[in-house]
Amino acid sequence: MNYKCLFFFLISTFTVSAKQIEVCNTCTVKTIKEAVKIAESGDEIFIKEGIYKEQDIIINKEISLIGEKGTIVDGENIGSVFIFKTDNFTIKSVKIINIGMSYTVEYCAIKVIKAKNFTIEDCILENVFFGILIEKSKKGIIRNNVISGNRKSEASSGNGIHIWDGDEMEIYNNELFGLRDGIYFEFVKNSKAYQNKSYENIRYGLHFMFSNNNKYHHNEFRNNGAGVAVMFSKFITMHDNTFKLNWGSASYGLLLKEIYDAEIYNNLFEENTIGLNGEGCTRINYKNNTFLRNGWAIKIAGACYANIFESNDFMHNSLDLSYNSKINDNTFENNYWSEYTGYDLDKDGIGDVPYRPVKLFSYVVNRTPEALVLLRSLFVDIINFSEKVSPVFTPDDLMDNNPIMKRIND
Amino acid sequence: MLKILKYSFYDLMRSRWSYVYFFFYLILGFVLLFLNNDVNKAVITLMNIIIVLTPLIGTIFGVMYYYNSKEFTELLLAQPINRSKIFMGQYLGISISLTLSLVLGLGIPFIAYGLFKSAAIFDFGLLLVVGSFLNFIFVALSYNIALSTENRIKGFGYAILMWLFLAVIYDGIFLISLVVFNEYPLDKFSLITTMFNPIDLSRILILLKLDISALLGYTGAVFRKFFGTNTGMLLSMSILVLWVVLPVLRMNFKLRKKDF
Amino acid sequence: MIEFKNLHKRFGKLTVLEGLDLAIKKGGIFAILGPNGSGKTTLIKCLLGMVIPNKGEITYKNESVLRKWSYRNDLNYLPQIANFPPNLTVFELIQMVKNLRQKKSNEQELINLFGLNDSLQKKLGNLSGGTKQKVNIVLTFMFDSELIILDEPTTGLDPIALIHLKELIQKEKTKGKTILITTHIMSVVEELANEIVFLLDGKIYFKGSIDELKKQTDNDNLEHAIANLISKQYA
Repeated sequence: MNYKCLFFFLISTFTVSAKQIEVCNTCTVKTIKEAVKIAESGDEIFIKEGIYKEQDIIINKEISLIGEKGTIVDGENIGSVFIFKTDNFTIKSVKIINIGMSYTVEYCAIKVIKAKNFTIEDCILENVFFGILIEKSKKGIIRNNVISGNRKSEASSGNGIHIWDGDEMEIYNNELFGLRDGIYFEFVKNSKAYQNKSYENIRYGLHFMFSNNNKYHHNEFRNNGAGVAVMFSKFITMHDNTFKLNWGSASYGLLLKEIYDAEIYNNLFEENTIGLNGEGCTRINYKNNTFLRNGWAIKIAGACYANIFESNDFMHNSLDLSYNSKINDNTFENNYWSEYTGYDLDKDGIGDVPYRPVKLFSYVVNRTPEALVLLRSLFVDIINFSEKVSPVFTPDDLMDNNPIMKRIND
Repeated sequence: MLKILKYSFYDLMRSRWSYVYFFFYLILGFVLLFLNNDVNKAVITLMNIIIVLTPLIGTIFGVMYYYNSKEFTELLLAQPINRSKIFMGQYLGISISLTLSLVLGLGIPFIAYGLFKSAAIFDFGLLLVVGSFLNFIFVALSYNIALSTENRIKGFGYAILMWLFLAVIYDGIFLISLVVFNEYPLDKFSLITTMFNPIDLSRILILLKLDISALLGYTGAVFRKFFGTNTGMLLSMSILVLWVVLPVLRMNFKLRKKDF
Repeated sequence: MIEFKNLHKRFGKLTVLEGLDLAIKKGGIFAILGPNGSGKTTLIKCLLGMVIPNKGEITYKNESVLRKWSYRNDLNYLPQIANFPPNLTVFELIQMVKNLRQKKSNEQELINLFGLNDSLQKKLGNLSGGTKQKVNIVLTFMFDSELIILDEPTTGLDPIALIHLKELIQKEKTKGKTILITTHIMSVVEELANEIVFLLDGKIYFKGSIDELKKQTDNDNLEHAIANLISKQYA
């Protein structure tokens, strides 16, 4: 034992700026708290395999915490585990379990306050209330983590990665499930979220509020209670994401509320109750997205202006488009509609007659939701046809003048 | 009964109309699959056709067969056979031969297309099951009408009217009443109304597969229970069975008092 | 052998049989006559179980026939209009009826008699009315039953076939069978019948032999005798 200590001492004298502190049940340093206490900025704490029942470990030194396979920190359902109040830190390969639930305090596995240049990677956070909670920080990287909870209701669950007031954050390759929101951004800017998988969360797979100039792409959002919500934000780019199997009465692939100047392209919306729901969306370009077998591919709830829908595939949705008003200020052009029954006599790949994506039936269902049981009935086909011939209830200028005959984004 | 069934079946299997019906489905299947190349779309189009056409064909075949074989039936009635067995035999003969036309007519192109490798096989299978049910139901209903109507022109008229009512008018009245009584809770009403029309019921069964994402957009608890669990599937299936059993029972009841 | 007791039948408002009582003894040819709508066919159909009487009892060999079917195994019936499934062949039809009855039959003899050998493989839908009637007769006579009921058996037959039919009926009679015939052709009645029953408005107006009828109406010609009966009624 003594010998080992001496060895450590020697190493630390040779590399003054970065010593490694080992923590294990049989080491001199037996707890993480103790290790943090003796560590200095630039040090690395190596937490060896074993279970550490510790809470509220406050770190205010620029250090690295590294775990190995079998390193488990158990929060014992009491409170938070790691609280970083420093810049330039790293936490890696640590498994943190059992974060206590509270209706008043946001207990979490890893909390970061007013930090910059930090990395959280390869961690497994299991049975957490909140997973990673970041406040007033910038330039953080959160990658390759698996965060999960097993809460039953919205009130008793927390978010996987929750950022409040952040800048230049990068979140990728994380897997999030069984939480309230998989990823939650509030007042976050210039940040990116990509290649994450967020599924089976109680509320949203991804939730944006008041967060401008962000990008998210190549993520997969599946089977979340209410899909993905992006609200009150500007200049957001969303591309190559998959939104699927979000089923329920208030469930969307993507919910957009008060969004300005966004780019939405190459996304796949598959088998959601509502593929994309827009309320108060202005100047948004939707391009090359695929809407496959959704209940409603797109629902426009009002106050949506100057949106352009171009080169999207609308395939086998129960209803392609639903509008709650007769006014239309949006453009639909060059999309593929599987319901299109027109012809292309000049063989230029563009249908010769326009397509009207809003059916009378979708207008009826908007007013009387129970009418949905009559979907695909012969009578409904007949009234849809008569409305198509002479529009009375649906916006008469809403049509795709150049519908494409073949799938575009195959 | 089996003997009567066998001969009715032979008779129908040799009739031109069985072949017309069979080839219609065969060609439809091939056109939908090989010109379109999209199994999903084919299944949706097929659903629209099956829901409307099988009841119509079942109705027409049922009434036609009844009236055309009236004299022959009388000959059979003078034979030492139980009355209801004669009619059950005929009924099953028609229903089975129609079902066979449907299943083979659509099955062959779909198998040729490589359905077994596709995920759409369950949707397609359900479609055939529902189509077969509709055959059995509408042949039974039309036999009921024919048994109660001596005049064949009237019988035909009533049968077509019944089809028109169940296929179109019923849904029209249904939709209008939904819109009119908008302010009331309508979830139970709409589900029950659906159950009273075999065409709607079959449609719902298929919707449960094809449009489940839309159906789960309902807010009502009754809807959630019905569409969100297996309850809907089980309930619809058992009521569809009832829709076969009840007309058949009425047929037998009617037969006990019927004069030929 | 056959007994109708107090038989009532109404079709809607129309009363066809009103308290009819009739007993038919075993053996011999029994003609049921009457103007159109007098209830001849209804009476026969009641016996066959095709029409269900509102009231009354029918027995065949001392057993009630109402709501039963097995008694029909010992009974052959020739319906008025023969119409068969159009897509079956004659041969198949004969096989089918044999199959249904499970009884010894001599169809080949009858087929030869009526010259139907060439038509055996034809579909019934393609046969002429007369040929269909011949097939109908074959189906009726091919089984050996104690009672034979013929409803207008002569319809559409050519003279040769008619002669064959009459011979056939006589032959069955000599075997001791009971034969019920309804017909409008008086020559047939005169030639064949042992006893006649005259029905009018659902009641039996006359029952006895032809000679008795002629005597009663004081008329030598059967047709006139019958016309006399009717006119008396309405006089």
